Amino acid sequence: MAVTPLRLRAIVLNALIAAVTFVTLVPFVWMVTVSFMPRYESSRYPPPFWPSRWTLENYHELLTRRQFDGAWFDYRILPAMGNSLLVAAISTLLGLVLTVPAGYAFAKLRFRGRERLLKLLIASLVVPGQVAMLPLFLIFRELGLVDSYAGVILPSLAGIFAVLFVRQATLGIPDEMIDAARLDGAGEVRIFVSIVLPLLMPITVTLALFMFLGSWNDFLWPLIVLSDQHHYTLPVAVAAISREHAADGELMMAAAVVTTLPVLMLFLALQRYYIGGLLGGSIKG
Amino acid sequence: MTRQERSAWLFAAPVLAVIALVFVLPTLLALGLSVTDYSIYALADWSNLRFVGFGNFTDLLATPLFWRALGNTAVFAALGVPMAIGTSLFTALLLNDATVRWKPLWRVALFAPYVTGIVATAVVWRFLLNTRFGLLNWLLAQIEVAPVDWLGDPRWSIPAILLFVTWKVFGYNMIVFTAALATVPQDLMEAARLDGAGAWTRFRHVTLPAIGPTLLLATVLSVAGFLQLFAEPYVMTLGGPSQSTVTILYFMFDEGFKWWNLGQASTVAFVLLLLILSLTLIQTRIGRRYEWL
Repeated sequence: MAVTPLRLRAIVLNALIAAVTFVTLVPFVWMVTVSFMPRYESSRYPPPFWPSRWTLENYHELLTRRQFDGAWFDYRILPAMGNSLLVAAISTLLGLVLTVPAGYAFAKLRFRGRERLLKLLIASLVVPGQVAMLPLFLIFRELGLVDSYAGVILPSLAGIFAVLFVRQATLGIPDEMIDAARLDGAGEVRIFVSIVLPLLMPITVTLALFMFLGSWNDFLWPLIVLSDQHHYTLPVAVAAISREHAADGELMMAAAVVTTLPVLMLFLALQRYYIGGLLGGSIKG
Repeated sequence: MTRQERSAWLFAAPVLAVIALVFVLPTLLALGLSVTDYSIYALADWSNLRFVGFGNFTDLLATPLFWRALGNTAVFAALGVPMAIGTSLFTALLLNDATVRWKPLWRVALFAPYVTGIVATAVVWRFLLNTRFGLLNWLLAQIEVAPVDWLGDPRWSIPAILLFVTWKVFGYNMIVFTAALATVPQDLMEAARLDGAGAWTRFRHVTLPAIGPTLLLATVLSVAGFLQLFAEPYVMTLGGPSQSTVTILYFMFDEGFKWWNLGQASTVAFVLLLLILSLTLIQTRIGRRYEWL
């Protein structure tokens, strides 16, 4: 078979994208293989890519409680994971309850000051959140929210982006549908729940995924607001361990696997919604 | 108030109240704090608080580390924005080509780093960049390059962190660019091809004008993002070696939450805000001039 220029081009481009993807995934693959290596095996040259013997000892050390010089000791990874799960689930749930109806109101309901509020919301997107962090810490200290889950969750609920995101999606719903329901005597809450909400379901899933991953990965604010290690979320706990165990490659890789695997699975399962939400429905397949 | 208006407030008021409490109020307070000497003494007792006007600002200008942080952040942004946007555009163009197969697969794989957390991936990258046992130096050794002390040498710490950041974020704009590339008029592309326009000419005169606004917006957001770089140096190098990766936000974080100079730190926050606003303005001006917006 003769290699035509078009065929050659196809081969080169496909090889190129495969190579780029390979390079992108190498850190993840290496993270997994090193996490199964026996202790100190990765600290060798040339760096081994494959374990000489697959072992679970790093996960065992990381996840179980054990006695150490007569005192109980553990890295609190599982409790931290529980904390992260709780915080992310509540932020997502409350975040949706707060932002989806608001986004609908900004798109379809008439009220005084709507346009002005909308402009303010858009303008506030350029203000970096860190400006608010210092005083927010002082406010939370006054309110007794420092070192509490509520203190971690509350700032994540100020979903300006989420309100605008829902508003944008809601604009596509024809006014006639809503007006017809109104003529039939349906109340505004009823219209929202039984007509608008089902139509917004796909973007609600997208938004839920954004919120959950955002909360699960959030590092800076939990680091500031949490001081008791019993309240640590997973990233804060892993950062604390990595400061002391930087040289323990295999142990730290196991910690990285435990932290990233849940989000990667969630992303893979719902990637259609995630990437679809970003593409805005312009690309199929 | 009409029934509709009452319901609208019922729907919108809760989130607006939260935004007011955790965003608007603290931002205004930050403006207030930035003209005071709020420090650990005031934290203990409000009566120790004094009004200093622009004192924090002039102090800041006399702090060498602030200038260092400003310079580092500028280097991060100047190198990082082209690196990240370039990688995103390159992969998006590849994904847009008609001959490339299994597009959804590549898209998901290339996007994966973006959804993972910074702390865990930094752990992996610190190991990849390890001087003695890291994969990167091993790879370089294959082409006879001497080992580089990526995170320990002030000359290499910024490029090393940028490698990590680019890997982590390029997937996002790749998806954004993919969406934009889908709007490039195909008949125009075909006409240009028939007229004998080469690949570069077609990119420059057909593709680029079509994705210009998206490219500009992504650049503006990227610049703003790189100016707010904090977590990456924090987890990779703790600002080191010899303060070569201290960014503006890193400096603010240390001033505020390490030394509790909240007045000074708020001033830093506002300097950053002004920087971002002015750079955004300049970029949109330039964009408008070339009719990209």
